Amino acid sequence: MDLSSINPLVLLASIMVASTPILLAAIGEMVVEKSGVLNLGVEGMMITGAVCGFVIATETGSPAVGFIAAAIGGAILALLFGFLTQYLLSNQVATGLALTLFGLGLSALIGQSYVGIKAPVTSNLHIPLLADIPVIGRILFQHDMMVYVSIAIVAAVWAVLKFTRAGLILRAVGESHDAAHALGYKVVRIRMLAIMFGGACAGLGGAYVSLIRVPQWTEGMTAGAGWIALAIVVFASWRPWRVLLGAYLFGGVTVLQLNLQAAEVPVPVALLSMSPYLITILVLVIMSINRGRAALGAPAALGRVFHASH
Amino acid sequence: MLTLERRPSPSRMWTMLTPPLAVVLTMVAGAVLFAFLGKNPVEAIRTIFWDPVFGEFAFYYRGQLLVKAAPLILIAIGLSLGFRAGIWNIGAEGQYIVGAICGAAVGLAFYPTENSLVFPLMILAGAIGGWAWAMIPAALKVLFGTNEILVSLMLVYVAEAMLASASSGLLRNPDGMGFPGSRNFKDFPAAHNDYLIESAGIHWGVVAALIAVIFAYILLSRHLLGFQIRVTGQSPRAARFAGVNPSRLILFCLGTSGALAGLAGLFEVTGPAGQISIDFNSGYGFTAIIVAFLGRLHPIGILLAGLLMALTYIGGEAAQSTLGLPASAVQVLQGMLLFFLLAVDVLTNFRIRLGKTEAA
Repeated sequence: MDLSSINPLVLLASIMVASTPILLAAIGEMVVEKSGVLNLGVEGMMITGAVCGFVIATETGSPAVGFIAAAIGGAILALLFGFLTQYLLSNQVATGLALTLFGLGLSALIGQSYVGIKAPVTSNLHIPLLADIPVIGRILFQHDMMVYVSIAIVAAVWAVLKFTRAGLILRAVGESHDAAHALGYKVVRIRMLAIMFGGACAGLGGAYVSLIRVPQWTEGMTAGAGWIALAIVVFASWRPWRVLLGAYLFGGVTVLQLNLQAAEVPVPVALLSMSPYLITILVLVIMSINRGRAALGAPAALGRVFHASH
Repeated sequence: MLTLERRPSPSRMWTMLTPPLAVVLTMVAGAVLFAFLGKNPVEAIRTIFWDPVFGEFAFYYRGQLLVKAAPLILIAIGLSLGFRAGIWNIGAEGQYIVGAICGAAVGLAFYPTENSLVFPLMILAGAIGGWAWAMIPAALKVLFGTNEILVSLMLVYVAEAMLASASSGLLRNPDGMGFPGSRNFKDFPAAHNDYLIESAGIHWGVVAALIAVIFAYILLSRHLLGFQIRVTGQSPRAARFAGVNPSRLILFCLGTSGALAGLAGLFEVTGPAGQISIDFNSGYGFTAIIVAFLGRLHPIGILLAGLLMALTYIGGEAAQSTLGLPASAVQVLQGMLLFFLLAVDVLTNFRIRLGKTEAA
């Protein structure tokens, strides 16, 4: 065991990188759930985003184009989910599972000739002045662009939901689709847009894994991150800044666990590698014990099928 | 414009017709996909869906059909009980792994006994292992109302980490020169899930799957508990008035599906897979979800759906070796099948009307 090999500065700096994929996926899914739709296909959209981003980035040599492709790929897959659940009124749980199973297969198929290739390098930003602050500069201001994009998305989602008319309509649709429909809002159209936004965010999150975090393509490389994103939405009680908090806490656990493995702490490796999942379960349990509070945050129409009969 | 009109009750005809329709649509979409991959679409579809049953080498493939179908059916039967009642166990893969580890561990503890009681004991251990693993989400749901979907799924990753540790640590073959993986059950006759009829591919897992189908059928059509499961799925409110105890139902449905998944894991690891190794599990726990839906959550339907899904595995392997079709193409095909099924399901619950436009 060699705990001194863990550099706390590097550890803290890597938390933001480790958290960004889950943060992106979770903030997208939060918007989807705010509109009253439960999309369990986050994992499938993430892995599809991961492969789309990787393939396009290696072909064009530009990670930025890769990220755009990943967002489009995730959104297209989400569109499939939206079409089935919103127009053909299928069960959301079953359709979300189908999306995950399909996405895992499709991504393996697309990515089969890209295994073992390295992704083009994404350079880290060096934000002038801020990055030069000792300690804090290293932890907060020397990351790649996507880290800041993800935080900007969280801020934008928060602002739109809280201050704009569009946000109010989205929340109304999620709380009571019948009332929103009676007021003349196009429930299905609004939900489709939310679903596509969620898919695009999940796609970005997946591409972050394959282009920056790892950066390589391997089958099933998101390893449950999409499911953890779903849990984080519950943890956050459907509030944007708490999604950020949840994702960073989770990223912290992941990074710490990897560092402890590397430092050969006398704890079984299996226990360390299952710790992120165990902690997720623990968090879900704690949230459900405080049921009154968590239930307040959940959109009232979450997961219910909307069918305008007249 | 097309509008949907809800049927007063689901159409019986479409309930039966939608799975075959979904299969046909999947074949068409699959053919397009294979054409994109540069393969002859007709040949690929024939290799996957036709040759294993009726082709030249069918005598070999037919046996494999039951071998692959048995775990799928066993798991899907358990899942269907919960799915009917709106209890979503999607962590069957984890229960499958834990069942296999527990069962195998009991067997290996008695190595090299020749006592024939060891195999029944392993079966029991496998079922208990899977049951216990499913009891975690069940108990959390009953006690705290924790979402069983996420908990059961998280436990799959936990089980995979346990499997990795067991195959390279606790259960590693002491005579295996340090390679990961347990002793092979083929060299341990008393604990080996050998073929009962080799040409037909029948081993104890197949027998168990058939028994599960029969029991599930009786449970759902003749037993009060089956009635309660059905009522809860159709109307939870009505179920409460009918005196259904939701906690009991959650414990029963998750427990049963866990035990069946554990059994499937045990029969697989002691039979076709042969040993505990880091990747002996081949995703049956997830594919079984497709089987359960494709079989319309009905025991007989699941039996047929399990055979069909086994066919895609076997045909997929054949297409891999003869046509060079990538292994993941079959996974895509299976995912598409579930999509098409959910899509055409709209016909079961709704009538499609032409021309009526949306009222303001």
